[in-house]
Amino acid sequence: MDSRNPDIIGAPLDRTDGRLKVTGGVRYASEINVPNLVYGVIVNSTISAGSVAGMDTKAAEGSPGVLVVFTPFNMPKLPKQSSMGAGATPAAKKLALLQEPDVNYFLQPIGVVVADTLERATHAASLIKVTYDEKKPLTDLVAHLHEAFSPGQIGGSDKKPADSSENAPTAALHSAPRRVEQIYQTPIENHNPLEPHATIASWDGDRLTVFDATQGIFTTRQRLAGLFGLHDENVRVICHYVGGGFGSKGPVWAHTMLAAMCAKEVKRPVKIALTRAQMFNNTGSRAHTHQSFGVGADDSGKITGIVHDVTNNTSTFDEFPEQATVATRMLYACDSIQTTQRLVRLNLGTPSYMRAPGEAPGTFALECAMDELARELKMDPVELRLKNYAETDPEKKVPFSSKGLRECYQRAAEKFGWDKYKASPDPRSIRDGKWLVGYGMATATYPTNRSQSSASACINADGTALVLAGTQDLGTGTWTVMAQVSAGTLGLPMNKVRFELGDSVLPKTPVSGGSQTAASTGSAVQAACGAVLQKLIAMAVADASSPLHNADPKDVTAANGRLSLAGDPSKGESYAAILTRAGVPRLEVKSESAPDKEEKKKFSMHAFGAQFCEVRVHEDSGEIRIARWVGAFDIGKRLNEKTANSQIKGGVVFGIGMALMEKTVADDRDARLVNPNLAEYHIPVNADVPEIDVIFVDTEDAHINPLGVKGVGEIGIVGVPAAIANAVYHATGVRVRELPLTPDKLLVGAA
Amino acid sequence: MHPFTYSRATDPAAVPGELAEHAHTKILGGGTNLLDLMKMGVERPQRLVDVTRLPLAKIEEIPAGGVRIGALARNSDVAESPLITKNYPVLSQALLAGASPQLRNAATTAGNLLQRTRCYYFYDPAFPACNKRIPGSGCGALEGQNRIHAILGASEACIATHPSDMCVAMAALDAVVQVRGPKGERSIPFKEFHRLPGEHPEHDTTLATDELIYAVDLPDAAWAKNSYYLKVRDRASYAFALVSVAAALAVDGGKIRTARVALGGVAHKPWRSEAAEEKLVGASADEATFKAAAEAALKHAKGYKYNAFKIELAKRSIVRALTQVSGGLQAA
Repeated sequence: MDSRNPDIIGAPLDRTDGRLKVTGGVRYASEINVPNLVYGVIVNSTISAGSVAGMDTKAAEGSPGVLVVFTPFNMPKLPKQSSMGAGATPAAKKLALLQEPDVNYFLQPIGVVVADTLERATHAASLIKVTYDEKKPLTDLVAHLHEAFSPGQIGGSDKKPADSSENAPTAALHSAPRRVEQIYQTPIENHNPLEPHATIASWDGDRLTVFDATQGIFTTRQRLAGLFGLHDENVRVICHYVGGGFGSKGPVWAHTMLAAMCAKEVKRPVKIALTRAQMFNNTGSRAHTHQSFGVGADDSGKITGIVHDVTNNTSTFDEFPEQATVATRMLYACDSIQTTQRLVRLNLGTPSYMRAPGEAPGTFALECAMDELARELKMDPVELRLKNYAETDPEKKVPFSSKGLRECYQRAAEKFGWDKYKASPDPRSIRDGKWLVGYGMATATYPTNRSQSSASACINADGTALVLAGTQDLGTGTWTVMAQVSAGTLGLPMNKVRFELGDSVLPKTPVSGGSQTAASTGSAVQAACGAVLQKLIAMAVADASSPLHNADPKDVTAANGRLSLAGDPSKGESYAAILTRAGVPRLEVKSESAPDKEEKKKFSMHAFGAQFCEVRVHEDSGEIRIARWVGAFDIGKRLNEKTANSQIKGGVVFGIGMALMEKTVADDRDARLVNPNLAEYHIPVNADVPEIDVIFVDTEDAHINPLGVKGVGEIGIVGVPAAIANAVYHATGVRVRELPLTPDKLLVGAA
Repeated sequence: MHPFTYSRATDPAAVPGELAEHAHTKILGGGTNLLDLMKMGVERPQRLVDVTRLPLAKIEEIPAGGVRIGALARNSDVAESPLITKNYPVLSQALLAGASPQLRNAATTAGNLLQRTRCYYFYDPAFPACNKRIPGSGCGALEGQNRIHAILGASEACIATHPSDMCVAMAALDAVVQVRGPKGERSIPFKEFHRLPGEHPEHDTTLATDELIYAVDLPDAAWAKNSYYLKVRDRASYAFALVSVAAALAVDGGKIRTARVALGGVAHKPWRSEAAEEKLVGASADEATFKAAAEAALKHAKGYKYNAFKIELAKRSIVRALTQVSGGLQAA
C-alpha cells in the first residue's frame, strides 16, 4: 500500500502558524504568563580576565522590590559532579554559574538580581559595585597562533579526527605546476536571532518546569536534570515557538541554569530574558578562523594536492573547534588531501555552532581558492569544478547516496547567464557608469544528518488525527511540514490532522540543528502515521461487518479519511465508521525511527548546491551591492516547496551578511566587545538583498532516509561569501581574503 | 535606568526657567537617542521635561525669506515638506539617508541637533575611559577600535564623530539655530553650534544648559536648490555614515560662483570645509577643480589605526558629490 499523498507532502502550503505569527498571537518563551513570576537580571563582568575581588550589593539588596542578589560569594554551590553543566559533547558547554569568582570573558555572568519587576531588578543590578583583580587578557587569534593546540577531534555527534592526511599532500602541492597558497580569515560573528534567549523556570517540590527559547527541549531537559541530579521525567521543558536560533539556541547557556537555580532558592517562578548585548559572548558565536589554504593542479586543471590548516579561537576554559576543514575533505576528487584543525585560547566566550558551522567559513577559503586556481589556469571556474567532480567521497571512499551537483551547476549557470562571465572573464572588464560589475560562483555542500527520533500518531473515532513529537520549530516551518507528512501519510486532509510539538512530555526527538529535523523527526512522524494506518487497515479487514472484510491489506488504499480497495474504490468505508463500529475511541501508535547504520557505512550523504551572483562595486567608494542571485540546490525531496524555498533564501541573506558586514569586534587591548548591539553589528537590511532565484533539482535518493530529504536549513548560506568575493574580484581585480568585504577593503590606493 | 521625574511642558517660555532652576534636567523630544542612553546608563538625568506637546512643529516660510523649521518638526515631516524638497534638496536627502522610517517618524529636528556620538567607548559604561562621558578618564578610542572615528579636528582627548546626517546638510546650508534662555533669545550660526572636542569633549555644543532650541532657520538661497547629499556606509541603508558629503554649487558663465561643502562622519561636528569652498569659487566646475577642493578639504586630516581609509574615501566622495551636483560630468 502506498500511503504517500503527493498532493500534500511537498505542497507549497502556507504555514499553519503563519496567521498567528503575523497577528501577534504567538507566545514565545519570555511571554508566557506564569502566576507569581519574579524577574532575574544577570550582572555581567566589565573585564575580560581575572577575578571578582568583591561585590558591594548593599544598595541593590535594599532597593525596592528586590528579593535576593546572588553573587559568586553567596550562590549555593552545585554538586561537584554537575561540572557546571558541561558534558561530553561540544554542545554541552561549561558555564559560568556563579560557582567561582573567576572571570574569563567580557560580559560573563557574575551575579543575578531577582526582583518583583524587570525594571526594579535592572535598576538594582546597576547599583552593584564590583571590584576586580584584573589580568592581562588574551585578545587576538593571529597574535597567538604560535600557541595553537590540537583539539584531537572535531564534530558533534559524528566525531572525526582533527587532522587528516593522505598520500603526501604537501609534496603533491609543492610539485604542482599550478597552485594557489593563501591565508583566508573569517571573523567572529554572532547569530542575532530576532528573539533574544529567555527562560522561565518554576519548581513544584522536586519537579521543575521550564519555558525556554531553545532548539532542543530534550537537551535543556537533560542538562537541567544533570545539574540538579533529577530524573529526566521530573523536568518538563516547553517551547512552542522560537524566533530564530541559527545554532545559538542549540546548547544550553548560563541564563537557563541560573533561572532554575534562582527559582529554587526564591521558591517562586523566575524569568531571565537576555538583552541583545548579553547574547554576545554568552550564547556562542562563530569563531574567528585563520585558514591557510593550498591547492595544486596540473596544467589541465586536475587537482593533485590540497592542504588546509585551520586555527580558531576558543575560550580559556572550554574547547570548540570550528570544523572548517570538513568540506575540503569531501568536495573535490583528489587523493592527496591534508587538513588540520587547531585552537587558540582567548578571553572571549566559547564559540559554538552557527548556521553551517564548518562549511560556511571553510568554503570561503576553499571556494575562493578554487576561483584563484581557475584564474591561474585561465579556466572557467565552473569547468574547473566539473573537472574535479567527486563521484565518490574522497574522505569516506564510498559513493554518494545521490549527488545532483552537476545539474545544480548547469541549471544555475543557465538561469544566471554565466555565458556573460565566460565572454568577459577579465577583472574590471564590465562596468555600468561608475559601478564595476562582476560575476562569481561557488559550490555549496552540507551533510545530511539524522538522529534517532520518535513520534506518536493517533486516529480518532471522529475521523480526525492527532500526531505528536516533542520537536521544536525555530521558525523554519516544522509545525507545517510535520502536519503535511502526517496528513499525507495518514490519507487525511490537512484540516483533519492536528500536530503538536514543543513539550518534553511528547515523544523524544533530537535537537533542531545540523539541518536534521525533517530527516529525523519527519521520518519518525511518517513511521508512526504509517503504523497507525496499518493498524486501522488490520482492524477493517478483520471485521466481518466491514466492506473490506478479508481483503489483503496490501490492496487497501487510504485517501480522504477513507479506506478502500485499490481495484474497486466503491468498496470501502471511512476511518470513523471502522472505529465507531468497533467502539474504539482512538487508535494510537508510537514509533521510533533511527538512521540505518548499514546505509550510512555504504554511502556518503550530502546536500549540494551552486551559488551564482552578480555584484556591483562603486569605483570610488568600494560600496558593494548584490544585484542578482541564482542558486540551484539538490536537497532531495521537499516537504513544502514554499518553506524550503524560504529556508534557502534566508540562508543566502545570512551569507550576504557574512560576506559584506558581520563582525563582532573586540578591543585589541582588553577583549571588551565594542559592538554588541544591532546598531553597530550590521546584518543585511532589505536594501542589501536582491531578488533571490532558487532552483531545486530533483534527485531520487533511496538510501538517505524514508522521506528522501537532505535538509535545507543550512545549505543556503554555504558558498555565499565565496561567490560574492569571487564576483568582487571579477568586478574590481581586488582579491579580499578576509571577511567581511567592507568598502575600505575595496578602496584601491587608500591608506 | 536610574529613577527620574517626568513632567510635560505646556509653555515654551517657561522651559528655560525650569532648566535653570533644576540641574540634571533633560529635554525629552522624540526620545530616539536620549532614552537609549538612559537605558545604557550613559545619561542619568534626574528630571525629564517632555516638550513634545509644545506648538513647535511647524515648517513655514519666513516672511523676509528662507524657511523656519520648528524644533519639534519630525525628521520625516521635514524630509517630505515641499518647502524643503524644492528649496533645499540636500536637507531632504540627508534626512532620508538617516536611520529608518520608524525612527524618522519619532525623531525631532532639535533632538537630531543634539544627538550624541556613536563612539563605542562613549556608548557603553563598561569602558572605563571616555572623556566625553567621564571628563579626565581618557579616550578609549584613540588607540582602540577607531574605524568609525574622526579624521578632522580631533584632539588627544576625543576622536568621536557627530552621527547626524541632517546636521551635515544644515552646516552646508548656513542654517541658524534659534534658542531661548532665561534672559531671552539668541541666534547661533550653525558652524558655531557644534564644538570641536579640544580639552572638553564633554560639551558637544555651545548650547547653554538652560537654553531651549525652538527653531532652525534656513536662509533664502537660490544655490541651495542645486544641492546633493552623498552618504557612504557599510550597508545600503540604516547605518551611520563612514563618510558623507553635503554639496551645493552655483555656476555662472562656466565659473563657480557659490560653493558649499560639508562632511559627515569625519569630525566631532558636521565639518564645513571652507578650504574646499575657496578652491571651488571662481574656478571652472570640472574634475580638476573638484579634486583640488577635495585635497584642500582633507589637507589636515589625520588617520588612526583603523580609520585612515576615510581620508581617501572622503576625497573621492567630495569629488563624487560635486560631480553629481554640477550636473554630471559623469553620473554618480
